[in-house]
This record gives sequence, structure tokens and C-alpha cells, in this order.
Amino acid sequence: MHSLILATAIRLLLPLMLLFSLFLLLRGHNEPGGGFVGGLVVAAAFALYTLAHGEKEGRRMLRVAPLQLVASGLLIALTSGLLPLLAGLPFLTALWSAVPAPVIGHAGTPLLFDLGVYLLVAGMSLLIIFTLMEEN
Amino acid sequence: MLPALLLSIPLGLFAWFALQIGPVATGQLLQVSVPWLPSLGVALSFRLDGLGLLFALLITGIGALVLLYASSYLHDHPHLKRFNGFILAFMAAMLGTVLAGDLITLFIFWELTGLCSFLLIGFDYQQEASRRAAFQALLVTGAGGLALLAGIILLGQSVGSSDLTTILNSGDLLRSHSLYLPILILMLAGAFTKSAQFPFHFWLPGAMAAPTPVSAYLHSATMVKLGIFLMARFSPVLGGTDSWLICLTSVGGLTLLLGAAKAIQRTDLKQILAWTTVSALGMLTLLLGLGTPLATTAAMLLLAVHALYKSSLFLTAGAVDHGSGTRDIRRLGGLGRTMPQVALAAGLAALSMAGMLPLAGFIAKELFYEATLHAPYSPWLITAVAFLGNSLTVAAALLAGYLPFYGTLKDTELHPHQVDLRLWLPPLLPALLGLLIGFFPAAFGRLLLAPAVAQVAGKPVPVELALWHGFNPMLLISVVTLGAGLALFSLRNHFQMQRQSPGWDTEQLYDLLLAGLPRFADMITSYLQNGRLRYYLMIVTGTAVALMAATLFTSSTGTLQLPRPDGSLHEWLTAVIILAGALMATLTDSRLAAVAALGVVGYGVALIYILFGAPDLAMTQFCIETLSIILFVLVLHKLPRFTLLSSTRSRLRDMVIALGVGSVMTMLVWRAVSQPLIPSLSTWFMEQSLPAGHGRNVVNVILVDFRALDTLGEITVLAVAALGVYAMLKPRSGKEGTD
Repeated sequence: MHSLILATAIRLLLPLMLLFSLFLLLRGHNEPGGGFVGGLVVAAAFALYTLAHGEKEGRRMLRVAPLQLVASGLLIALTSGLLPLLAGLPFLTALWSAVPAPVIGHAGTPLLFDLGVYLLVAGMSLLIIFTLMEEN
Repeated sequence: MLPALLLSIPLGLFAWFALQIGPVATGQLLQVSVPWLPSLGVALSFRLDGLGLLFALLITGIGALVLLYASSYLHDHPHLKRFNGFILAFMAAMLGTVLAGDLITLFIFWELTGLCSFLLIGFDYQQEASRRAAFQALLVTGAGGLALLAGIILLGQSVGSSDLTTILNSGDLLRSHSLYLPILILMLAGAFTKSAQFPFHFWLPGAMAAPTPVSAYLHSATMVKLGIFLMARFSPVLGGTDSWLICLTSVGGLTLLLGAAKAIQRTDLKQILAWTTVSALGMLTLLLGLGTPLATTAAMLLLAVHALYKSSLFLTAGAVDHGSGTRDIRRLGGLGRTMPQVALAAGLAALSMAGMLPLAGFIAKELFYEATLHAPYSPWLITAVAFLGNSLTVAAALLAGYLPFYGTLKDTELHPHQVDLRLWLPPLLPALLGLLIGFFPAAFGRLLLAPAVAQVAGKPVPVELALWHGFNPMLLISVVTLGAGLALFSLRNHFQMQRQSPGWDTEQLYDLLLAGLPRFADMITSYLQNGRLRYYLMIVTGTAVALMAATLFTSSTGTLQLPRPDGSLHEWLTAVIILAGALMATLTDSRLAAVAALGVVGYGVALIYILFGAPDLAMTQFCIETLSIILFVLVLHKLPRFTLLSSTRSRLRDMVIALGVGSVMTMLVWRAVSQPLIPSLSTWFMEQSLPAGHGRNVVNVILVDFRALDTLGEITVLAVAALGVYAMLKPRSGKEGTD
């Protein structure tokens, strides 16, 4: 199922979609978006790339194994919940930086949590997609 | 060097506890408490009172002896260090249980003793019998532990506190509480399983598969006494009622007779001792059931005396095994000449067990008879039971402590040899202590017994022990008991002949249950999970819908009304598109077309989200739809061509289920939108989103902050599902790689 148009377009679209997914992740706190949909966009981008170039090429492009994405996502989300324990606050209490950072605005543990969701959703979708495409 | 270091732990603890004898005897209560779950009122708390101290001394003292003994007994065992670790862990769990000052603390340590005993009984894990015994003990005491947990929770809730001191002062409240009987039954289930009472007694003789030091420690002096401890601990608040009296005396009496009768039919030293332990535990339960101050005193004395003579006898049995190579009393005899110290220990312990003057066992037996003669109901029946049990015990004591050591060796192929100090000193010390208590009963009674009895009775009880009570009915019964015991002993060959057929025991019930459970699970599993995915789907959706429908129809409140009958044209158009997609998906005979139609439904729903102002949901829905269509396409082209194989009947059935699911979901949504929304919640989220959550997108703030725990749960499920998918699909491709 080789399509020249898809193969060419996705080379240009992939970075754009990844950028867009980051944009969704970062602005999610104030505007529509968020980690979940951001992760899905990542998965869609790589899924299209894999459709055009095959499973091996898709895996190579992703560089990390999807299972590692899932694990690190869960770990990051859990860490964001554990951090407030160090400050003596209950599990998953949101901590915010006092000074707004450039681009992302106020940084805080919810963003870290959302990053975990982002990675996990992307990893899980790609895990299934890669595994299903493997036989070809 | 290592054994000395190892021994210093129990010995140091023993010394510390011994130093507390004086303060505790004057009525001091030592308490330590660390908050554990303050929101639930649970604390890791410990208290040292008379009852706990008596147990603590037995646990640490005999623990030290067992460690010393094991260093010789298991010296060539590859896992001796592991054994020492297990024993110390078990000792810690025991101490935690008997010193617990909080119900939850008590339960945690109680369960830890069960786990440690599993490891210890199954110590020789290469042997089938050990594994079976360990598993059996774990299952029986574990089941009792579950009952105990339920009882403890009920108890804590009835009193309103899990603190032991508070509970021990709430006796009147509890005895008149409507939950008294359930609490009593559940707690006794825990106690009876742990202390091997009928009908749970069978695990204790089974547990003799453990190495002898384990039997000496767990199955004579410590773990099996925990059930007794539990009954003693809670007798001030749960005792004194008719149900307590009847339950404990009948179960205790039955266990006493059963254990003693089985003991004299055995020929293996450890089996004899195990069954007499069952019988002694029955005696203790019986005495605690009677509940009079006299009976309580007798129970505490018997508990201490039994721990001393029984651990001593178990250790001598191990020494005999070690020195001669067998524990079969039909082959043994005359060992007193080759191992005199062991014979001395066994003799003293057996005399105490038989209740001979001037040993501590004599005082215990006198008190026992005095308590049964003054029993609150049918004293003669209870005394008769006690007499029968004691006579059998005398015979068993002679079998275990006399027969192997006197006369001549019956099996000349055995070559018994002397055992070293570490094998004969540990049994000799507790046996000598039994003699010492016999000589100084008053001091023992005042310092150790009286504080323990006061705890069990719930009030101070004068304890005056003396070796000689003068000529009274108790002495007469004691003498007759000895005579009857001797007579039974002389008839031993007759009883042991009967032992050819195994006979019926509740153990068979256990086996039946253990074999039946997997078979039952197998039946259920093969019915519900038969490997055909469409049935899984049917069962899952059918169950969910049936439960929902039942709730819907039983809790009908308010009237149903169409929220927006006057929808605008594009809303109606979207609805028509969704319906058309759904219809197409069911009617088409091309898989790809069905998937595309489902996609139309999904996109239509996303459109609805946009129309009603939920861009987040819409965006996510679009992505999900796109990805799932990609996934479908990836799978579908691998399948064979679509053909209709199902019969009209099964298609009709599927239609009924599908329509049922659809209509129940419609009803649910309809019902939901007919209810007025709870404005306070959404207003609260709207108002708090920016100040508390630092974000204007309320949906996202809820997801990652307000309800982050839910999200964490959800992504964990996702991760597990991903693993499941990976595991399910991976082997197939792996196999292809090897082809």
C-alpha cells in the first residue's frame, strides 16, 4: 500500500503535527487541548508515517520503544503526584512556580502530570499500531 | 561467634521483659503509641500488661532455646541462616501480637505470625509433605484470620475505637450490643482456627512435617497459643455470656477428648505430642469458657506449665530422632543409658505433663479439677470430661517421656549415640523450670500469674498457689487419674493396633473442599470464558445493561421530558447523519464499509460536541475516531472475505441484545437530562478553575488537578491494557520470526 503523495506529504507533516501536539499540550490548561489529545495527535502522526513507510521505518523514526513511552509517562504522572509529599502536602496536590516561565506561563506539577498523560497515550496507541503492522 | 550474636537478641529481650515483672506486678501499664492512620483512628500501639508479659517471656525464652537447639539440630542444613531469620521474624510477629494495644496492630501481627509459620512449616520445601502441611496451616489459619478481621472491624465500630484500653472498658456496652453474637462468632472463628480447636484441629498434627525446633516453638509454646491469647484478651468484654460459656466449653471439651484419644493411638513421638497439644489447647479453651476466677487462674497456670513441658518434650523428641535416627516408639527403648540428660529432661517434662507431685503440672491439674468442680453449669459432666482427658494425657506422657528411655532398645538395628550440649540443654532448662515452679508456686503466682489473671478476668483476682492443698476431692481425682492413665498406658498396644485404618476426620472435609473449589472455578470459567469473543461481549454488555435497567426501573423519580424538541436544522441533520451511519453499519456486508459507517457515527457525535460547546471533547473524539479507523484498516485486510455464517436465530438474538443495550442507554441519557443539574458543582469548578487551578480550561483543570487521582487511575488502566494488547499480539509475531 505505497502512496507517493502520502509518503511525501508525511515527511513534511510529521514535524508539524508533533509541534502541534506540543502546542496542544502546553496550551491545554487555558484553551482547548491537553495531554490526552496531544498524545493522540502524536500517535496519528506516527501512524500515518508508518502507513506510508512501513513499520520498521516508523519505529526507527520514533527512536524509543512505545512501551518505554508508556512506562515513562506513568512514572512522570506518578512523580508529579509524589512531589507534593516532599513538601508535606497530600498526594497529587498541585504545586505552582511563583514566577511565570516564558512560553508556558506558570509552571506547575499539573503540567508535569499532563506530560505523563501525553507520553502514555502516545505510547499506548503506537504500541498497538506498531504491533498490528508488524507482520507486513 | 554468630550463634552468640544471634542468641543475644532473644536473650536481651527476655532480660528486658524479666525486668518488667516487678513493675507490671504492681499494676503498672507500659504503653507506646505511634499514629499510623490518624484519620481512621488507627495507631501502631503497644501495651505491656500481665497477660502480654507472660506470653512475651515464653516467646523470648523458648525462642532463645530453640535458636540454640537449631544451631546443632540443623547444623548441616544448607538453609540454617534462613531458618534463623524466619524464627526471629516469627518471634517479632508473636511479640507484636501479644503486646498490641490496638485492634489493627493486633491483626497485622496476627497475620504475620501466620505467614512466618507458613515459611517455617514449609522449611523443607523440597518435600511434598512439608509443602502440603504449610499450605494447609496457611489456608486454615488464614481463613480464620479473615473472620477475625471482620470481627475486629465490627468490634471496633461497635465501640467506636480501635484502642484496646477503650475496648476493654466497654464490656457492658458490647455484651448488650445487637452485633454481639456476630462479633463473638467471627472472633472465635479466628481463635479456634489458630489454636487448632475442633473442627479445625487437623492442621496442627499435619504441621509436624516441620523441622522439630519449629514444632517445639510454634506448635507447643507460641503460635497455637495465640487463639487462647485472643480469647483471654477479649474475655473481659466478650465473656460471661451464655453463648460464650456454651461455645467455649463444648468446643474445648470436644477438642480435649479428641486430641487426647488420638494421641495414644500414635506411635510417632511428634504425632503423640502434637495430638496432646491439641488436647491441652482444648483444656485451655474449656477453662476460659468457664470464666470463673478459679478457672481463669487455672487456665493461665496451665498455659505457662504446658508451654514449658511441651516445648521440652518436643525438643527431646528431636534429640531422640537426631541421636537414634527414628521417632517411632515401637522401635525405641533404653535411651536413658546413651543420652541421660535428654532422658532427665523428658522425664521431668513428662511428670509435669502427667501432673505428678512436686512439679508445676500437679498444681495446674489440681486447679483444673477445682475449677471444673465449681463450674457454673453441669460440673460433674465437665469434671468427667476433664478426668477422661487427663487420664489419656497421663498415658500419652508415659508414651513420650518414659517409653523411649527405659527398658531395652527394641530395634537392635538402631545405634543411638549421645547428643551434644546444644541438643540436651534447651529441653532440660524448661523442664527444670517446671520443677522450680513446683517448689516456689507462691512467688510465681504472685509475680507472673496474678497480673495475667487480672487482665483476663477484668479485675484483680487473689492468686494463692501452693503445692500441697491437703486431702480434698481434687487430690482424690488426681490419684484416680494417675491410676487410670497407667491402666491406659498398659493397654497401649491395643490402641495402637486400632491405628491400622486411618478413620474419618474433618481433614477429609478440607481435602474435599480444596479439590472442589478449583473444579467449581473450572466449571464457571469454561462456561463464562469459553474463548468465543462474541459471547464475552454478550455477557459483559448484557450484565451491565440488565443491572442498569434494574436500577432505572426501580428508582423512577421525576417525569421524562424531551429537553430540546425544537432543535435547529443543523442539529437535526447531524442526528440524521448519525442514524444513517448506524443503520449502514448494521446492514452492509463489507467490513470496510461498516468501519467507515461507524466512523461517520463517531464524527457525527463529535459534531454534536462542537455544536454544544465542548471543543475539548470534540477534538479528542476526532482523533480517537481517526486512529481507530486506522487500526481497523490495519486488522481488516488480514481477515478472510466476509461471509454470513451465523443463523437467522443467532442474528435475531444479537438484534434483541443490541436493541436492549441501545434502548437502556437511551433511557439512561433521557433520564439524566430530565434531572435538573446540580448547579453548585459546575459553578464551583468554574469559579475555582483560575484561582485554585491556575487555568481557564475547566475541563483540563479538572482532569489534571481537581480530579487528578481519577486520571491517574485511568492512565494506569490504559498502561495495563497496552501491556495486555502487547502480550496478546506479540507471541504471534514472535512465532513467525522463528519459522
